[in-house]
Amino acid sequence: MMTLKVNGQDHQIDADPDTPLLYVLRDDLKLNAAKFGCGLGQCGSCTVIVDGKAVLSCVTPLLLLEGKQITTLEGLGTIETPAPIQRAFMEEQAAQCGYCIAGMMMRAQALLQRNPKPTDAQIRAEMEPNLCRCGTHMRILRAVHRAARLLDTADASPAVHGSAQ
Amino acid sequence: MTAGSRMIASVVAVVLIAGAAATFAITWRPAIAAIDPPAAGAFDPALVKRGRELAALGNCNDCHTVKGGASLAGGLPVPTPFGTIYSSNITPDPETGIGRWPEAAFRRAMRSGVNRDGQHLYPTFPYDHFTNVSDEDDTALYAFLMTRPAIHAPARENQLPFPLDQRVTIAGWKLLFLRRGGYQPDASKSPEWNRGAYLVEGLAHCGACHTPRNGFGAERTNAQFAGGDVDNWQAFAINAQSPAPIPWTTQALFSYLRQGWQADHGTARGPMAEVVSNLSSVDESDVRAIATYMASVFGAPSPDHIRQGEAVLAQAKSPAAETAPATDNATGAAIYAAACATCHEGGRALPYGGVHLGLSTALSGPDARNAANIVLSGVRAVAGERSPIMPGFADSMNDVQVTALLKFLRARFSNQPPWNDVVKTVAEARQTQTVFLQTSPGPNNAPANATQREKP
Repeated sequence: MMTLKVNGQDHQIDADPDTPLLYVLRDDLKLNAAKFGCGLGQCGSCTVIVDGKAVLSCVTPLLLLEGKQITTLEGLGTIETPAPIQRAFMEEQAAQCGYCIAGMMMRAQALLQRNPKPTDAQIRAEMEPNLCRCGTHMRILRAVHRAARLLDTADASPAVHGSAQ
Repeated sequence: MTAGSRMIASVVAVVLIAGAAATFAITWRPAIAAIDPPAAGAFDPALVKRGRELAALGNCNDCHTVKGGASLAGGLPVPTPFGTIYSSNITPDPETGIGRWPEAAFRRAMRSGVNRDGQHLYPTFPYDHFTNVSDEDDTALYAFLMTRPAIHAPARENQLPFPLDQRVTIAGWKLLFLRRGGYQPDASKSPEWNRGAYLVEGLAHCGACHTPRNGFGAERTNAQFAGGDVDNWQAFAINAQSPAPIPWTTQALFSYLRQGWQADHGTARGPMAEVVSNLSSVDESDVRAIATYMASVFGAPSPDHIRQGEAVLAQAKSPAAETAPATDNATGAAIYAAACATCHEGGRALPYGGVHLGLSTALSGPDARNAANIVLSGVRAVAGERSPIMPGFADSMNDVQVTALLKFLRARFSNQPPWNDVVKTVAEARQTQTVFLQTSPGPNNAPANATQREKP
């Protein structure tokens, strides 16, 4: 039994220490934003934020998460009040099939928390581990820039748990 | 003054004058007159093309380019045990590059490490190897460099303590360690072997990283290819002392150098990634020649090594039959099972699967540096190619956890004794990786081998 801190709440988890975080998020906590893509840490669709950093939850066993703050997309915003990063992706229509987008948003969010005004080159370098098979990269890039502008305005400070600010 | 003391004084004076004259003769080099920068069109395109391949074999762009900066414009800090030396601008810019260098000045720099002004160059520029490059190849290299875009990029000040900041000291170093005379072919060997030896000992300067250095920073000739250090990576021994679990063959060396990975050995990372990237763009026969020569340097493996290699390969090919041995390192075992085994024991060969770690030289090498670097930063995909890929774990594992993992991997996948002080190695690796990730847009890609592009 271990305590997992997800989106600001403690959860008691009964699972083997080598269970990947992704399985616990989806199967036990019913947080389905993070997706199972490759299961090998090669596509990025399972990306969540752990202590402010983008982490691939499919290759992150529970034993690495003792005492850490985990944030999933559900912890950023809701349908009624989307977080700036979510608004930006919607406004830029950055999703085609959408499977990769939760991971994209989490990695972009971690970048913006660390670097509020990234250059195009920095965004490209940061987002490199996340794959999009539909090819909406140009819109994703625009969405990250837009999110940076939104976060810069007063109305849009998201309640992010476990950020490294 | 007595007659005796007068005699002593004159002897001292003579010795001093003779010494000064000898020092002058050893250290002084004349400037070579500047020329007006030649027009790019003045060079034969075929010569330029040949020079491009030679520059790739020499890995010139690696040291002479700041990551993300203009090609060959210099300025890369090269850390040495003596201080930091910055690479120079070798574009044909007239003010800050080599635009006013005649070919004779370029050849003198390659041959004996002296710039056009007559100043000695620090041996971070590996003229102890380049002295073996033929006149013909120097001519082609000169043609290539003089036809690159000229970039205005002033030299950065080296950070060296006194007296090493005095370039005359380099003359002494050369007296001790620079052996001139060019490459002497071995008539008893094949032309291919000789071609490989000429490249390896000369332009490709493999020993600059793979040969350990003495207290003066010179390669130890009695330990040639016995393994060295570069940028917090270990350049493995590439002679009979090679720690590779599977003995290297000519064919395996060729594949590895040409495509950047080899199924029985793994992936070229760290500073070697740039080398294989360059080697993917040169004439295939030159890579084959290097492989032929290096296979003879490795030498024929011992029967023991062959047997061990076969056992490891058999195990790697049927991982299902393998039962995980008991371990007292539960943390390391659990991390391996959850984060590593899905790729590294998935039964898929490189490049799509991870290499079975029993084959990994990083785990059977003398220290944990390379393994720590890879666990932390991963292996990036090469754009547009099929190539190995691995996520980095710097953001999800702390030093204690990485240490537990590395100790587990060492115990499980090598037949070597445990590494010393792994936790320190991991901390240093993290520090270097952090600096690296902050100062560069991304690790260098391994090769772009066009022949791989159409394959599944």
